[in-house]
Amino acid sequence: MVKPVLPLIACFALVSPMLAAAGENRGEMTEAGDAERGALIYDSRCIGCHSLAANRIGPRHDDVFGREIGALDDFDYSEALRTAVGTWDRVSLDRWLADPEAYLPGQRMNVMVAQPQDRADLIAFLRREAER
Amino acid sequence: MASIDTTTVPEIVPARRRFLQGAGKASLSATAVALLIGCETMASSASRQGASDPKKDVSILNVALGLEHEAINAYQLGAESGLLSQEVLPVAVLFQSHHKEHRDALMATIKTLGGAPVEEKAIGEYAKALGAGGLKTQGDVLTLAARLERGAANAYLGVIPAFADPALAKVSGRLAADETMHWALLASALGQPVPEKALSFGA
Repeated sequence: MVKPVLPLIACFALVSPMLAAAGENRGEMTEAGDAERGALIYDSRCIGCHSLAANRIGPRHDDVFGREIGALDDFDYSEALRTAVGTWDRVSLDRWLADPEAYLPGQRMNVMVAQPQDRADLIAFLRREAER
Repeated sequence: MASIDTTTVPEIVPARRRFLQGAGKASLSATAVALLIGCETMASSASRQGASDPKKDVSILNVALGLEHEAINAYQLGAESGLLSQEVLPVAVLFQSHHKEHRDALMATIKTLGGAPVEEKAIGEYAKALGAGGLKTQGDVLTLAARLERGAANAYLGVIPAFADPALAKVSGRLAADETMHWALLASALGQPVPEKALSFGA
């Protein structure tokens, strides 16, 4: 089946003014991430549903950075993830973590990481794990 | 408001006190044990409020249900491991009972909203995913439980803004409170320090 092209919403100028007014800076991507801090954030906020090595409530994350979206054969993705086209990189992960439903409507995660630095740190951690 | 069923509390409280005294760190309000009593009202409350997007809410609740299935099985694995002391085992069973109440309430709510509750997996799948084979001591079991409880609390807090129905958002907050209670007790038993800064959950 041919996947439809992912909605191109990487332009940060399109971020909802309401979200910006909420003061949580959704859509502002921080360049530098601290993988060590990201590991702590992962262990605190992601571990409820995710692990690096195993699929649980959510898919495994050991190689998610650089992986095609919705690509694991042994995980039951939502239709939104299964049909999406793209790769999990710094930009797509940032958009996903900032507001998963805005990025891929119909997804099931729904947990939002509001702070740009927290997202950058998480992404740095996931990138480090993928490159091990 | 639902009445509080205290019939099981006298059996549990002594064990819980020993659990805490062993750590020498904290005490617990007896009323906390029954925080979730009244969960049976979640479904009717959600129905009355009328979610504007029940399909999405069902999706979120099913993720929560998957999390509760896993928590129940995690405590089952811990209880059957033979690693827990006589003081700790009843507390683990009590926490598992909380998760079973969460599960039942979530399933009822999902059905009320017209959804199909996600099914529980075989316990072996949970054991593999959680690395249960690597648990060698009581501390290992409690550390895993504490990590999962803190993660669950953060997950429940993290999805609050996504609910279309404010009543369900409140339920998510109540579930998070239970998980936080579990985490706090487990962390205390493990001798872990209290977070130095406020607002350490749900950022």
